[in-house]
Amino acid sequence: MTKEIALSKEFMKGVWDQNPVLKQALGLCPTLAVTVSAVNGIAMALATTFVLVFSSLIISLIRNLIPNQVRIASFIVIIATFVTIVDLVMKAQFPELSKSLGPYIPLIVVNCLILGRQEAFSSKNTPFRSLIDSLGMGTGFLIVLFVLGGIREILSARTLLGFQVLPDMYEPWLVMILPAGAFITLGFMLGFSNFYAMHKKEKTHKEIIDTYLSSKSQRLATHRAEVLAQEKAALEAKMKAKEKSDDKPTDNDNQQ
Amino acid sequence: MTDLKQIINTKLELASSPHVHTKLSTERAMQMVILALLPCVLSAVIYFGIYQLLIFLVSIGISMGTEYGIKRIRKQANTLSDGSAFLTGLLLALILPPNFSLVFTGLGAFVSIAIGKEIFGGIGYNIFNPALVGRAFLQAAFPVQMTTWTKTSFNVDAVTSATPLGGFKFDGIAADLGSMFLGNTGGSLGETSALAILIGGIFLIALGIVNWRIPVSMIIGILVFGSLIWMINPEAYMNPLYHLVGGGFLFGAFFMASDWVSSPITAKGMWIFGLGISLIIVIIRVFGGIPEGVMYAILFMNAWVPLINRYTQPTIFGAKK
Repeated sequence: MTKEIALSKEFMKGVWDQNPVLKQALGLCPTLAVTVSAVNGIAMALATTFVLVFSSLIISLIRNLIPNQVRIASFIVIIATFVTIVDLVMKAQFPELSKSLGPYIPLIVVNCLILGRQEAFSSKNTPFRSLIDSLGMGTGFLIVLFVLGGIREILSARTLLGFQVLPDMYEPWLVMILPAGAFITLGFMLGFSNFYAMHKKEKTHKEIIDTYLSSKSQRLATHRAEVLAQEKAALEAKMKAKEKSDDKPTDNDNQQ
Repeated sequence: MTDLKQIINTKLELASSPHVHTKLSTERAMQMVILALLPCVLSAVIYFGIYQLLIFLVSIGISMGTEYGIKRIRKQANTLSDGSAFLTGLLLALILPPNFSLVFTGLGAFVSIAIGKEIFGGIGYNIFNPALVGRAFLQAAFPVQMTTWTKTSFNVDAVTSATPLGGFKFDGIAADLGSMFLGNTGGSLGETSALAILIGGIFLIALGIVNWRIPVSMIIGILVFGSLIWMINPEAYMNPLYHLVGGGFLFGAFFMASDWVSSPITAKGMWIFGLGISLIIVIIRVFGGIPEGVMYAILFMNAWVPLINRYTQPTIFGAKK
């Protein structure tokens, strides 16, 4: 890629502009399935980010060695290696978390977010850029999963990360633990992100139109001033000519 | 000269055919449905006490408030005056259990209008029946409160009781058909009294606001499918008449399934729709883990309506098949 983008932009695009869940709608299966609590969401996002970062790095290092015809298979083998690492580490260090996430850790292998980044970015860019890109995507994924898991945890158990945030008189909504709650919450999040994006777009459109109009009105004003000045000069010249002709009417008569 | 001026100034209305005018507008239809629901409201108050009026008030108030708020935020024309939000609130209240929490009622009304109706674009665009969406949400969110059935005020010896369907399914007790017809049983506010529902329903069919095909096909369907199951083993399974007057079946048939927006538009489609609902109700009631399935059956068939409409399109006159 010859087109150079600032590194900070490369990172931020994963957080907002091309957010994997809200904008690209990738990796929805773990997003919907595991976010019954904020902790589960964070754990899932960190595991995914780990796999994403390291597989991006490796793949972009050997991107010129992978034959084009077998690239998907090669990507999957590399991704699966890191997923196995994550799975075994979580089983050894956080057995409870591993149990509550269930089959969704091994399923990171087929998370379309990870494969999508390899195909779209790492296999075409330098290792450093791939690292920044995958970190940004991981951060975006983490934010969405934390917010989704947080909302569902607050509404279904009155707690956030295990601390009680709503009073006891609040009756927990069972629906938020169920898949229906995940779909409703994610739907609202997508809706609000689209609403915000639309609002922003309208604002920038309005700004562009405003700047265009103000510059045009300036140009028109200068043009008008010029035209007026020209006309004034022309009129003055005419008046002078008339004065001259008025000065010597007798001469004309004599000549005739 | 003045004649010419008059002709020129007369507003010419250009519209495509048909040019037939009817007095039946959306507002009028909504008013008639609300009128037809009054017997059900009355039976709810008679059987479950004056407190139920508060549920009606909260449900209707929050429904209309939500509709107003969302239209305001989205900068669209206010549609409160067509009465559809009022009707949704009333319908939701009628399918809630007696003495239900007012906070949950308000939440249900909000979900009905916001998720059931306005997200799809407002009146005329909703795929699912809004009141049933609200009830399905409440059922999933608060399963215990939603299945706590207060005894009717004529049974003062106990606080709660099972519904006839629940009692039959879990305890094998068959309720008295006569009291089920009058409404003197446990159940949701408006759906216990078959008599009140029939008065309102027949009134709507006579006015032509509810198409007779949907209720009739549902009733035929439940009698046929119920009888088929019953004939296999009359001891273990319910009498088809229980299927007919029990639970929310009649209320669903006359007021929920026949909703203009979320039901098919072709005659053949209406028959398919009604029979499909009845089949699913019988399957849920007989083989499912829950005693009642009218809500899920109607919501499920709502999802099929676009497909039903598409495949039951009448052929144009003169066109080859």
